[in-house]
Amino acid sequence: MALETTTMTMTQDPILKVEHLSMRFGGLMAINDFSFEAHRGDITALIGPNGAGKTTVFNCITGFYKPTMGMITMKQRSGKEYLLERLPDFEITKHAKVARTFQNIRMFSGMTVLENLLVAQHNKLMLASGYTVLGLLGFPAYRQASREATELAKHWLEKASLIDRADDPAGDLPYGAQRRLEIARAMCTGPELLCLDEPAAGLNPRESHALNELLQGIRRDTGTSILLIEHDMSVVMEISDHVVVLEYGQKISDGTPDFVKNDPKVIAAYLGVEDEEVEEVIEQIEEIEGGQGGTKQ
Amino acid sequence: MANIASTTASAGTEVTARALRESVFAGLITLGLFVLFVGLKTDQNIRNELILTQRWGLLAIFVIIAMVGRFLMVAYVQPWLARRKAAKAAAPEVAKEESFFSRNFSRIAIVALILYPPVIVALFGIQGSLKWVDNFGIQILIYVMLAWGLNIVVGLAGLLDLGYVAFYAVGAYSYALLSTYFGLSFWVLLPVAGLLAACWGLVLGFPVLRLRGDYLAIVTLAFGEIIRLVLINWTEVTKGTFGVSGIAKATLFGIKFDASKDGFAALMGLPISSVYYKIFLFYLILGLCLITAFVTIRMRRMPIGRAWEALREDEIACKSLGINTVTTKLTAFAMGAMFGGIAGSFFAVRQGFVSPESFVFLESAVILAIVVLGGMGSLTGIAVAAVVMIGGTEILRELAFLKVIFGPNFTPELYRMLIFGLAMVVVMVWKPRGFVGSREPTAFLRERKAVSGSFTKEGHG
Ligand SMILES: Nc1ncnc2c1ncn2[C@@H]1O[C@H](COP(=O)(O)OP(=O)(O)OP(=O)(O)O)[C@@H](O)[C@H]1O
Ligand SMILES: [Mg+2]
Repeated sequence: MALETTTMTMTQDPILKVEHLSMRFGGLMAINDFSFEAHRGDITALIGPNGAGKTTVFNCITGFYKPTMGMITMKQRSGKEYLLERLPDFEITKHAKVARTFQNIRMFSGMTVLENLLVAQHNKLMLASGYTVLGLLGFPAYRQASREATELAKHWLEKASLIDRADDPAGDLPYGAQRRLEIARAMCTGPELLCLDEPAAGLNPRESHALNELLQGIRRDTGTSILLIEHDMSVVMEISDHVVVLEYGQKISDGTPDFVKNDPKVIAAYLGVEDEEVEEVIEQIEEIEGGQGGTKQ
Repeated sequence: MANIASTTASAGTEVTARALRESVFAGLITLGLFVLFVGLKTDQNIRNELILTQRWGLLAIFVIIAMVGRFLMVAYVQPWLARRKAAKAAAPEVAKEESFFSRNFSRIAIVALILYPPVIVALFGIQGSLKWVDNFGIQILIYVMLAWGLNIVVGLAGLLDLGYVAFYAVGAYSYALLSTYFGLSFWVLLPVAGLLAACWGLVLGFPVLRLRGDYLAIVTLAFGEIIRLVLINWTEVTKGTFGVSGIAKATLFGIKFDASKDGFAALMGLPISSVYYKIFLFYLILGLCLITAFVTIRMRRMPIGRAWEALREDEIACKSLGINTVTTKLTAFAMGAMFGGIAGSFFAVRQGFVSPESFVFLESAVILAIVVLGGMGSLTGIAVAAVVMIGGTEILRELAFLKVIFGPNFTPELYRMLIFGLAMVVVMVWKPRGFVGSREPTAFLRERKAVSGSFTKEGHG
């Protein structure tokens, strides 16, 4: 019961608030007056057809694009608030504690898996090494911090079941492992909000399952909130608490997975079908849902 | 059995037939290419009229060379290469036990370098050693240091800098001018020159680091030229093209290397000779090189060094991990510039004379070539490349016997750039990633495995 109430209060506490976000590329309104909230501790899914503007929303949140209009507020556990649209890209990760992955994996492919995770702890280690000066002189504080960084990296390597490949070049890993590595790397920055751009794209069912485990583990163990773009409906329905649907840069639906998946507008838009086919699609989705009901319990 | 023999035989005739066909094609192409500008030649005769000289014999030689070359290539060289490749692929990957030599290469090299001057003196006598210590030893070590400095910028951070010689010039002129005008000593000015060059690195860095790739390369190239033009035209201070001469020599704990009675030779009771100063300079630049290597190796294992390499691999990913890419690039630029500046002030003290002549674009190109040939990021590879490149061109001066073959007007030094270019092409074909293509990881959990060059990126600026 007590647990119930805490989760209730947790879910009411927004970690990210996007208000009236608009992004224009020349004549194209990629995002048009888009608002939503992500709650602390939740897995929020952002879905929509190709070219709907999902990645653009991510790029605005993580500072790679400066939005044409709108306000993005990140509220940390400590109560500190950051206006993300005003921060330069690297400070969003450094101070506001928002980490992200990319739709096309961005690995440091010539560096080993372990090194990838150490690079992610740059700011912490930089401080410990006295901005390199003390580290260069061999101060012990840096050695200690470096050992701790390796421990943290090991922790995430185990979570992502990559520990056996720690000393291999990241570019040598299979695709699914690279996806997991990218997530582990983002987690090494110590984020409060983790933004994942299509983490399950191109994964086979086994890899996809491993990914779900990883994400749910992250949420359970660290309480990190997750914002996720996903095409694969089964993944979305299985793991997310809250779904936001985007089409042509506008929000068309927002609610629990159950609500969203039965919303005819979503079905029509997301699957791009004619109205008369909607019935059929609902049936299909119910089938999928039936399959998941089993795994969920 | 007979079957196999017959198939190989038929394969053999097939290859020969193909070789013949291709050699005829090659001959035709050569004929087409050269018929006008080898086969025919315009000359002036005594009456100043243009006449056409026909050189069919020469043209025939060209064509025959092309045909024979192509035939040999297709019939023998290519099958041989293919066989070797197949054999290599078939052979099981044997765990290579590194030999003692390759494991301790750097240690052996350092010991050899420390022993180099006494050995040379013992071999060639006091005066005879001058050339070997100065032209070979010091000259090569200066380039090693410069290339190691540039390696931080190009090899680690992946920023293509074509104007590196500017920092070398800043360092050299810092020492030359500050010691001439203010009489400051070499030991004070060595770090000062490094710092001034680092400041120039930052000054250049600020406007330039928004640029990427080719644009960055062009702007750094222009910056290098600007520095040189300033040195030429700011005559009141730099004396323009005349250069600054009579630059003070370095001292060893206040002991001068001259013929005076409290000079080094007199104090040590040695015959007066300029060799001691050169040997002292040799150890000095060796020490500077070792410091450069030490700092580079140390920095690679620190967050800043990893950030440099991460920047080379993927700049956007760096940003997404909270790394300030601007300061990271600037520190790379400043560090590289600092080592260039220190090498520059050493250069000034060694020559006793600096002029803008020494800091032309060609120098930047040579240093960059050494970095690329050595294998971007690898200190050992770069040192080897410097020895091959700079030592090789110095050796050319020694090849007096070539005059006997090519006649007395033949000066092998003039072919330096030709050979330089040829060597680069050969190395890049044979080892596209440079002498040492693999990368040493900076941290490991269980075992340190070199990262193959096929995974590392060159950076995009
Ligand atoms: N930098 C840019 N410049 C111009 N147009 C852009 C830019 N980035 C995105 N767009 C446009 O904005 C629209 C939304 O693109 P976005 O990448 O956000 O879609 P998406 O929802 O992520 O699609 P997908 O599911 O294919 O990843 C597209 O029409 C795209 O062409
Ligand atoms: Mg996208």
